[in-house]
Amino acid sequence: MILVLFAIVVWVLGWWLNSRLASGPYADTRLVRFLAPFIFGVTIIVIWELLVRGLEVSLVILPAPSVIAVRFANSLPILWEDFVQTIIKGAFSGYIIGCFAAFLMAIAVDRWDFLRLGLLPVGNFVAALPIVGTAPILVMWFGFDWHSKAAVVVVMVFFPMLVNTVAGLREATAMQRDLMETYAATYWQSFLKLRLPAAMPFIFNGLKISTTLALIGAIVAEFFGSPTLGMGFRISTSVGQLSLDMVWAEIVVAALAGTAFYGLVAMIEKAVTFWHPSQRG
Amino acid sequence: MTNNSRQQTCIFEAAHLDLTFQTNDGPIHALKDVNLTVDKGEFVSFIGPSGCGKTTFLRCIAALETPTGGTLTVNGMTPDEARRNRAYGYVFQAAGLYPWRTIAKNIKLPLEIMGYSTAEQDERVRSVLELVDLEGFGGKFPWQLSGGMQQRASIARALAFDADILLMDEPFGALDEIVRDHLNEQLLALWARTEKTIGFVTHSIPEAVYLSTKIVVMSPRPGRITDVIDSPLPKERPLDIRDTPEFIEVAHRVREGLRAGHADDE
Amino acid sequence: MMSDGFKAIWAVLTVLAVIVVLWYAACIPMNIKGVLTEQERAGAEVQPTSAKDRRDMSEFGLVLNNSFAIPATWEQDRPRLPAPHQVAIEIWETTVQKKITSKRSLIYHGWVTLSATMLGFVIGTGLGILLAVGIVHSRVMDLSVMPWAIVSQTIPIIALAPMIIVVLYSVGIQGIIPKAVISAYLSFFPVVVGMVKGLRSPDAMQLDLLRTYSASRSQGFWKLRLPASMPYLFTSLKIGIAASLVGAIVGELPTGAVAGLGARLLAGSYYGQTVQIWSALFAAAILAACLVGLLGLVERTVLKRMGMAQ
Repeated sequence: MILVLFAIVVWVLGWWLNSRLASGPYADTRLVRFLAPFIFGVTIIVIWELLVRGLEVSLVILPAPSVIAVRFANSLPILWEDFVQTIIKGAFSGYIIGCFAAFLMAIAVDRWDFLRLGLLPVGNFVAALPIVGTAPILVMWFGFDWHSKAAVVVVMVFFPMLVNTVAGLREATAMQRDLMETYAATYWQSFLKLRLPAAMPFIFNGLKISTTLALIGAIVAEFFGSPTLGMGFRISTSVGQLSLDMVWAEIVVAALAGTAFYGLVAMIEKAVTFWHPSQRG
Repeated sequence: MTNNSRQQTCIFEAAHLDLTFQTNDGPIHALKDVNLTVDKGEFVSFIGPSGCGKTTFLRCIAALETPTGGTLTVNGMTPDEARRNRAYGYVFQAAGLYPWRTIAKNIKLPLEIMGYSTAEQDERVRSVLELVDLEGFGGKFPWQLSGGMQQRASIARALAFDADILLMDEPFGALDEIVRDHLNEQLLALWARTEKTIGFVTHSIPEAVYLSTKIVVMSPRPGRITDVIDSPLPKERPLDIRDTPEFIEVAHRVREGLRAGHADDE
Repeated sequence: MMSDGFKAIWAVLTVLAVIVVLWYAACIPMNIKGVLTEQERAGAEVQPTSAKDRRDMSEFGLVLNNSFAIPATWEQDRPRLPAPHQVAIEIWETTVQKKITSKRSLIYHGWVTLSATMLGFVIGTGLGILLAVGIVHSRVMDLSVMPWAIVSQTIPIIALAPMIIVVLYSVGIQGIIPKAVISAYLSFFPVVVGMVKGLRSPDAMQLDLLRTYSASRSQGFWKLRLPASMPYLFTSLKIGIAASLVGAIVGELPTGAVAGLGARLLAGSYYGQTVQIWSALFAAAILAACLVGLLGLVERTVLKRMGMAQ
């Protein structure tokens, strides 16, 4: 019971600290912008730990953060293998193939009006569908190994990427197009020098959305069949064995991989679209 | 006068030019029976209320619009041939510089497209930056410059490839009056130095009178020319020429022309 | 002269027709091996005759040698790729021709998934809007919670789904609730992020105008921030409902659930019932399209009434 009371104290303390930071003179500094969410996160984890211990919550319902951390540290080789199988082989290769294919298709769609009129509504429609559902079919076609996961990822990232790139390639204003016309520029000159750079913010938007979709696709596809490794496989089998600490360890890996992947793309975006108002800030 | 010598001095020649846009609300007569000749080295302004076709006419010269009737020649060629020969530089209402390129790289854009060598590109960028008074700003990005400086950079971009013709569509319309006066003065100096033929669209009477050797007054519905005024002002024009009786008289005639065009409406 | 709308419809129909044609064409090489084995068993002359040679031969070679078998590739029982009409017939038979209460009715399974989706979506968006209002009005919440809401968008949080199902099952909760929980948290975060953006969308001038009226905070909220946020809200609602549906489907996978579109997908993949998988997939797609389309309709009506759209 003491621990539960202690948890309440920690919550009040954390909140009080953040209130002081938020209303203090340094509220708009970078340090506070980093510190406040950090304090909030630490508070949550400490309360989680205290409540699980204080209320003696069963390990099969919610393991304490310390238990998860220990499991994480002890299973690094397994976690690494799963990471390579699911993220590197499945998600990453599918992401590259899917985004690149969508980019090429977007160029074709942009070039021929008929394709844009016909394919774009279909693409918009498909982008809103539960595409993970294709996983059982693709697993049947491409086998249990990572190839089928990559295929699911390709299908998942293709349409959002297509729609974003096509929108981006149409972003150049009429005046900018007229300027290229007055130079008697060829199609490819105006594509490379005007439309592609102007499309970059949109393309990166598609690339960023696709990072999360790629991870979702690769992990969920493993629920439909996989070799005896991979993050989705580990999650579903560990859930079956009620070793939830392992499940949480995998989720930590997924979270780290997700943020790192997204962060990487966002960093490249910052370097490429430094000129865009949203990046100048 | 032989046909040949005429072609050499005459830069634009429009005869019975018509342009009708088909819209959902029916056809719009943007230009009707426009006749005009402009000689080499002239500074011609097109003035009139919005919808009078002044911008449309400029876009026809630039082959950005295709007339539906009549004939139009630019440098003795069709507008489209002239465009392919890169006969003119065009300055739009907004600077329209690419935000991902520095000022110098923006000015290089047409040079890259037209296949100039790198050394030539650098040399031309240097000389046109000097021409528009932007030395030292080549490495800046457009969004780091004021509106007036951006518009000057866009003029530099239009000058970079040394076309004989400069077409300007309300280039200073978005700038405040003080900056505009300054740029007008600079534009005249530049015109005197380069001896280009300039087509200039504006809706400001003082600007048109101050800059032009020839003022074309237009009126809307249908877009047409109501008056062509050859300015009696000397080529040398300090800013205070605007207070002289000659200037005021020309301005008066332009205003009369505009009013006549409007009277037709009633 | 063709009107623009007609041209667009014509273009979409053409693209769809091309997709159907390609689909039929793809069925031929995809299914030819299975078809030839069946045909041989039925006593037909098949080239080459040995099963081993056939295994080594490419699909296209087999098609060229056995063109008589092409129609059969569109009529197999358990094809690798069912033909469009097979899927259509399956959907027809399991919707119109089955009683809704039947375990084989796709409408029954669709309803099981839809109810969980809707329950989760309503809870998730409700809580999401509340949190967004809190974030916009409280500096502390903005600083401490908002970054986590943004980060959550980059994480495949759907990986939590199997655990939620099992944990809730072990404390005695099953049926619609666990799936709704997954649907709820998947729609929660996009709505928080979108709604915060929307509530912050009024510009400084509009806020200053209200200040000159000396309007209270709640007046500012009801008269400016909330109306201004509507377009953002609907955009994130459409993302949220799609995420909710995926959540409900994935939530049906781990426990070997017997009902729902996810269960149909899983059962189909266990028993190689490809036609069943495809029909479940199409049912999910139609469901998603209807939900998103319905939200789009509400969006247009609401925004039109508010004078924000034409």
